[in-house]
Amino acid sequence: MRDVVVIGAGPAGLAAAVTAATAGLDVALVDAGRRPGGQYYRHHAAETGALHHGWDAFVRLRDALDRLTYLPGHRVWNVEDGFTVHALAGDRDERPVRIDARTVIVATGAHDRSLPFPGWDLPGVLTAGGAQALLKGDRVTAGERVVVAGTGPFLLPVATGLAGAGATVAGVFEGNRPYGFARRVAGHADKLREAVGYAALLVRYRIPYRTGHAVVAAHGDGRVEAVTVARLDRDGASVRERVIVCDTVAVGYGFTPQLEIPVQLGCATRMDADGSLVVVADAAQRTSVPGVYAAGETTGVGGAQLSLVEGELAGLAAAEALGGIAADPAGVRRLVARRRRLRAFAEAMHRAYPVHPGWMDRLRDDTIVCRCEEVTRGRIAEAAGLGATDPRSAKLLSRAGMGWCQGRVCGYATSWLAASACGRSPGPDDLLGTARRPIAQPVRLRDLADDAPVRPHEVAQDPPVRPRDGAGGRPVRPRDGTLRAGPEGAVRPRDGNHPINPA
Amino acid sequence: MSQIVFEGRPVPFEPGQSIGAALTAAGIRSWRTTRFGGRPRGLFCGIGVCFDCLITVNGRPSLRACMVEARPGDVVQGGGPDA
Ligand SMILES: Cc1cc2nc3c(=O)[nH]c(=O)nc-3n(C[C@H](O)[C@H](O)[C@H](O)COP(=O)(O)OP(=O)(O)OC[C@H]3O[C@@H](n4cnc5c(N)ncnc54)[C@H](O)[C@@H]3O)c2cc1C
Ligand code: FES
Repeated sequence: MRDVVVIGAGPAGLAAAVTAATAGLDVALVDAGRRPGGQYYRHHAAETGALHHGWDAFVRLRDALDRLTYLPGHRVWNVEDGFTVHALAGDRDERPVRIDARTVIVATGAHDRSLPFPGWDLPGVLTAGGAQALLKGDRVTAGERVVVAGTGPFLLPVATGLAGAGATVAGVFEGNRPYGFARRVAGHADKLREAVGYAALLVRYRIPYRTGHAVVAAHGDGRVEAVTVARLDRDGASVRERVIVCDTVAVGYGFTPQLEIPVQLGCATRMDADGSLVVVADAAQRTSVPGVYAAGETTGVGGAQLSLVEGELAGLAAAEALGGIAADPAGVRRLVARRRRLRAFAEAMHRAYPVHPGWMDRLRDDTIVCRCEEVTRGRIAEAAGLGATDPRSAKLLSRAGMGWCQGRVCGYATSWLAASACGRSPGPDDLLGTARRPIAQPVRLRDLADDAPVRPHEVAQDPPVRPRDGAGGRPVRPRDGTLRAGPEGAVRPRDGNHPINPA
Repeated sequence: MSQIVFEGRPVPFEPGQSIGAALTAAGIRSWRTTRFGGRPRGLFCGIGVCFDCLITVNGRPSLRACMVEARPGDVVQGGGPDA
């Protein structure tokens, strides 16, 4: 039994794990990635850090990993009360691994928030973060002529990074018109410096930057060859359109925190200023479940610096709770003040770069919303017509969100489409309905049989299927021995009686 | 430079690169089609979230091309039985 298991080795998880281990606790740090660093410190195998902001801070954390047990390439798919962490190790030969710990620190970060538009599933359309990950982790530019679009300051490092690596960036199309940006960054000298730096790079690489614009369609035969870009009016309707030739689109509308593990554990959630579901954490980064802490983007999207601070606070709090190791009060006060300042900045950014609901009007009936199950906007509208006005029923009727990704990609869009069909916007319960994933990662039945809290004989045969709360539906049938876990859960880990539920 | 073999054709990669990155660098944008509409799919999220990039490596189906590091001589085909 370890003192602490930290899930996620991004800025938050690294800071939490190193802080707790330095205080003397027995810590395991589990991460799906091949190298430590998460999204912000994602790096190439031969990275020197020359182009990385804040690389020194990362090197200090990485060098401290010998104080703890670091487990890269481990994908956590379930955490049981008490706590037992179930993971699969290896990127091709999956080995089931379990880790018992008295405390869990959740630092699983976020993924890009995507919005559908006609043609968005053409190859060559990537998330903004995906293009960035290719560049940082693999030193590959996603394409030669790239359009960057969506909303938020994150589009700037993506565009200038691609241009710096030799791609032509045909334009950055920012959906909002963030007037008052200067006022919002006032008092945040570091952020102002960053913004000025990006502005200079846009000029140097001759990248057009247009606010109040969106990519409203992608075109091409088998891959993207052009996009339609529209100028938007105040209501988000397109007023003037033009076609831009490109081979790649990097598009992102902010981020969605990865909450499957805290939701599995029953941690309380809330809706943040950017409309994302986040974990509720107190001043010491404690969630509503005793022994479970959350840090970084799981508690609200706010960038790497905030993740580092929250991670350190979580590590200190765990050390105090488990080992009675009191932190230096002045140091804690400094961290708390820094967290407050960075949170306030993040909130100002969320307000400056909202997602305008006008994106829904730009969909056609045949526009794919759920990429996995190929569910169109028309089918979601039909489901709404049949009374599915919350995302969960919309999902059950239309199958949106039931495929491989379990609604991670389309969950936000489906929530909005279902809720707006009855004239409202989605609330935290709608978002929670699409965030529930009792199995956080696809798991082969064989691995479940080897390790899981589910008893093997119940999985080995074609198991009984019992609707959980009166909702009908098709059973999830494993084909190639891979369990396709729908968001409703393919496995009921605790009672083990009917492991496969209809999803 | 090391190579993998994608549908019979050699594709170079740098050590540490994912299979998805190697294919993208070689100008290959998609490597499977969807079950219903036969729509092409390649990289989308780049970080293991979307499962668009499913690939078969040395006969092992349904791996994520963005997550699996390329190894010399890997034989790669698109998708999996379900993809
Ligand atoms: C694709 C992408 C690229 C980004 N690039 C940048 C950038 O270049 N610059 C920038 O300023 N911001 C970037 N961001 C924003 C980023 O979210 C923050 O900068 C920062 O990395 C957040 O830190 P974190 O520690 O909270 O989470 P993350 O850095 O996201 O780290 C979370 C870690 O948890 C792991 N994890 C998640 N679920 C599991 C699981 N079930 N089992 C095991 N491990 C798991 C992940 O593999 C990851 O390593 C990016 C975001 C995304 C999604
Ligand atoms: S590109 Fe999304 S999982 Fe690989």
